[in-house]
Amino acid sequence: MLILAVVGCKREERDFHGLPSGSAITNPKVREVDLVPGGAAPADSVPGPYEENAYAVSQGKTLYNGYNCSGCHFQGGGGIGPPLMDADWIYGSQPQNIYETIAEGRPNGMPSFGRKIVPDQIWQITAYVRSMSGLLRKDVAPGRTDDMQVRPQEQSTQKAKPVQSGIPKSAELP
Amino acid sequence: MPLTLASTLVQQAHASLNPASPQVRLVDRLGTAMFVTAAVVCLLVFAALLWAALRRRSGAEPVAGGRQERPMKTAVLLATGVTTVILFVFLIFDVSVGRSITTNPGNDALQIRVTGHQWWWEVQYRDSLPKNWATTANEIHVPVGRPVVFELRSTDVIHSFWPPNLSPKRDQIPGNENSLWFQADSAGVYRGQCAEFCGHQHAKMAFLVVAEPADQFEGWLARQRDTAQTPTDSRARRGKDVFMSASCVMCHAISGTSAGSRIGPDLTHLASRRTLAAGTLPNTRENLTGWIVDPQAIKPGVKMPPNQLSGPELLALVAYLETLK
Amino acid sequence: MTAIPADPARPTDDESVRRQLDETWRQTPGLWGWLTSVDHKSIGKRYIVTAMVFFVLGGLEAGVMRAQLARPENSVLGPDAYNQFFTMHGMTMMFLFAVPVMTAVGLYLVPLMIGARNVAFPRLNAYGYWVYLAGGLFLYISFFLNTGPDTGWFSYVPLAGPEFSPGKRVDVYAQSITFTEIAALVAAVELIVTIFKNRAPGMTLNRMPLFVWAMLVQAFMVLFAMPWVATVTQLLAMDRLVATHFFNPAEGGDALLWQHLFWFFGHPEVYIILTPGLGFVSMIVATFTRRPVYGYPAMVLSLLSVGFLSFGLWVHHMFATGLPQLGQSFFTAASMMITIPSGIQIFCWIATIWAGRPRFGVPFLFVLGFVVIFVIGGVTGVMVASVAFDQQVHDSYFVVAHFHYVLIGGAVFPLLGAFYYWFPKITGRMLSERLGRWNFWLLFVGVNLTFFPMHQLGLEGMPRRVYTYLAGTGWGPLNLLATIGAVLVVVGVLLFVINVAVSLRRGALAGDDPWGADTLEWATSSPPPPYNFAHIPVVEGRAPLWEQPGELPAVSGLRTDVRDVLVTTLLDARPDSLHRHPPPTIWPLLTAIATTILFVTLIFTPWGAVIGTPLLLLTLLGWGWPHGRDHQEQRMVEQTG
Repeated sequence: MLILAVVGCKREERDFHGLPSGSAITNPKVREVDLVPGGAAPADSVPGPYEENAYAVSQGKTLYNGYNCSGCHFQGGGGIGPPLMDADWIYGSQPQNIYETIAEGRPNGMPSFGRKIVPDQIWQITAYVRSMSGLLRKDVAPGRTDDMQVRPQEQSTQKAKPVQSGIPKSAELP
Repeated sequence: MPLTLASTLVQQAHASLNPASPQVRLVDRLGTAMFVTAAVVCLLVFAALLWAALRRRSGAEPVAGGRQERPMKTAVLLATGVTTVILFVFLIFDVSVGRSITTNPGNDALQIRVTGHQWWWEVQYRDSLPKNWATTANEIHVPVGRPVVFELRSTDVIHSFWPPNLSPKRDQIPGNENSLWFQADSAGVYRGQCAEFCGHQHAKMAFLVVAEPADQFEGWLARQRDTAQTPTDSRARRGKDVFMSASCVMCHAISGTSAGSRIGPDLTHLASRRTLAAGTLPNTRENLTGWIVDPQAIKPGVKMPPNQLSGPELLALVAYLETLK
Repeated sequence: MTAIPADPARPTDDESVRRQLDETWRQTPGLWGWLTSVDHKSIGKRYIVTAMVFFVLGGLEAGVMRAQLARPENSVLGPDAYNQFFTMHGMTMMFLFAVPVMTAVGLYLVPLMIGARNVAFPRLNAYGYWVYLAGGLFLYISFFLNTGPDTGWFSYVPLAGPEFSPGKRVDVYAQSITFTEIAALVAAVELIVTIFKNRAPGMTLNRMPLFVWAMLVQAFMVLFAMPWVATVTQLLAMDRLVATHFFNPAEGGDALLWQHLFWFFGHPEVYIILTPGLGFVSMIVATFTRRPVYGYPAMVLSLLSVGFLSFGLWVHHMFATGLPQLGQSFFTAASMMITIPSGIQIFCWIATIWAGRPRFGVPFLFVLGFVVIFVIGGVTGVMVASVAFDQQVHDSYFVVAHFHYVLIGGAVFPLLGAFYYWFPKITGRMLSERLGRWNFWLLFVGVNLTFFPMHQLGLEGMPRRVYTYLAGTGWGPLNLLATIGAVLVVVGVLLFVINVAVSLRRGALAGDDPWGADTLEWATSSPPPPYNFAHIPVVEGRAPLWEQPGELPAVSGLRTDVRDVLVTTLLDARPDSLHRHPPPTIWPLLTAIATTILFVTLIFTPWGAVIGTPLLLLTLLGWGWPHGRDHQEQRMVEQTG
């Protein structure tokens, strides 16, 4: 009962004001690659603020289509851009990695949206992107949209355990 | 040009009781007839009840059946008969009013497409030539004395288009196309509001219908069809750069520029509108600035996020938006 | 009467009859007894109290809403909170109060009125209550956990669909309705079978009290209407949880399908709420005018017509959706037609009052209040039945005014009158007349002050379900007036609660029949013993206590050492057979718990079916485990020694 209580509260929050703009969480400083001298160091872990908030994830889904992410990534199957519903992650599957990808852009065609999309909305989109491969809890991930069904709903998607796929040659740091 | 909201809304008073179209006038007549009849019926029933309860009686114990049954039977039958007749009369009256307000207005009618979004109104004047299409938001102009047909759609949830002075409402249902028509017969500014619960800001999803003489209407429509003016003022020019480089272009379109997103209201002629945020605020510099800085403080839950522009950027942006007449 | 041989199982003197009946039928003492009770009066009482608690909660929600709307751009509730509040108010009043309380009073009174010892299926009755309680708790616990539904009590799609209502709120909506619908269907089955088969000998169908007729009609309406809402909410849950497309136009579904299916239930629902109220009025009018209600056949036929016609009106909730005009006019005709049987009943009551000798006790005051408020609501109902007029006022405060007038006038006022009337029978004490008058007048004035201005607000263009409004609209003053009226209503209801609390302890003792009434429930003690009647009465007319004053003829030859119940034929109530009733048992409660586990887990994971179904089957097994007749008889004989 207690678990339900805590979980329910976070899932159903509708925070219209979003994250305060000065907070550290809006501008995470994350390393691009894990290679460091002296062996692997634990990655900075900036938890996504909306991993457990169903409202934010559904907003993220609306923005994903509204801001035309689907123009390159389609409904997760990829096309011009890499697929987002599979287990392969070039730059990491953690929320802060995805945030960086959206905000800063990546080589080979991912634009930088940091100036165009406010941090709060980038976090919402981040959470939604993670749901596309089943990384969010079932009760948080969105259901189907009122459109033609082109992919199974995210809340029924099997979790695709993230795997670090190789960085494409053209995207390697010099 | 923006009117104060108070004077705009004065027209709202006794909205459906203040008809500005023959359609509402007809419905008003039906409503008044029903109201008067209803009041009379109520008073008669209450009078009968009080008389029945309070009348003086002789001391004898009542007996079921016998002398009292005849008048009681007559009274009940009479009352039932009168009720039936009244209902039948109103049925006929209603069907005839319904037919009058839904008959096809003919080919002379102006057609406007109004699409409901959460929580604003997309208004589109179409034409046989696409370059003559005009898209605006939240404010509809109609010519006086000419029937106007509205094509009503929705992109998300069910909304309902209801300008009470001018027309009864019609729902906008995603996947369906509904329509209504009316003819404004006196000039004025009329307010309407969404009438189907559509989420957080259903309460602040209003629109204005501006009925004006035909020539003024044509002038307005011609200006709406124009692309946006290029700003001449240096601050406004800087403002345009802010618009194009910040988050505004992700949602808003300004025709004549590269901003083409349709998920938010079209801003090409923002400065020609009387209100902001779907009838929530009068369109003034202060309100516009406040809206851009934090829409959530005014309409919590609306899709537009708070902005993080610096002071000078904000002032430049507002200066640019004010040139979009 | 045949000579009866001396038999310890069938004592002939009154005192030992009562003693043995008491031992056979009484509830086990203590908490365990309360949990295992199968006595319809015990279950009825807790059902009534639970429903009244929900009434108060729903009223508090309304109070907060009115506080928010008292001034333009107020900040008592933000939009998200307000949406949850108005949804909870609607759901509480419609699903957790209005239908259950009528059901509960029916379950308490009907066996007493027809001379039976209990309802037909005692354990099912208990199960129905526990499921109702579980549903209410589920809804309110979710509400306190920020997971309360927020899309309105009729929750239109696509707003309530998977895309626009993320999270579990609407799933809670869908599932809590399942609980209350099961409870309502259980009660309907109970009432129908009890009324048809357990009436006292001689109580032919046309000798039944009008309240029993009202409950019979209501039960049939529930039977035909409730499955629709249970189905449509499951369709919604499926769209949200397993990506079906019932309401998705892009894949062949239709948003209007929800409205049709919901309102096909929703319109009969309001008549389900109204009909028992009409039954209450008939009983109170008869007693307080000291004569039978005029026009018994007309009254019965009116009740049946209302029940039947109410299924043909549902599209009048959809006049603004763009359905074809001619088809809509058919529903205008039907909606106006249903006024006629309602009108007939009112005219008959007025005729009864005219011909009788009215006593202005508090129940009678509530009946007078009912006529005034319900008729006002009824005439505005005729107004909104008209398509063109409705297209102006649909979804505005005019409709809010209309339905509160008919629901409060048609259901709440008769209900309160019924409480004042039957409280002595249920508890053995009278409610205070003085507090009752204050109660009545505060409510009467308060209700009118709250809801009459809303007619005008609707005509001025104020839509429903708005958490606030702009100052420039000019809607402030009338809203403030409505809020002031709401304060009066709150005080009125508070007075009722105080009256009940005080009278329970210090009310005047009522005898068997403090009002001098005519129906069978007044032929036994107040409160009634567990077995209801020492001897099952034989009825020879419509008003047994008036037509046969003194001792009623009774059935002889029934055993008092086992829970035997007399079953009679449907039309003429001739004795037919005996039905052995079960003793108190915990299995209905356990089955209700299993049902709860099944439904609640299902909205979180399909594994809920795997967990819940075997549990449910197990409890049903325990419930239905056969106890040999001999086994039971032997136990009873051992007890009585």
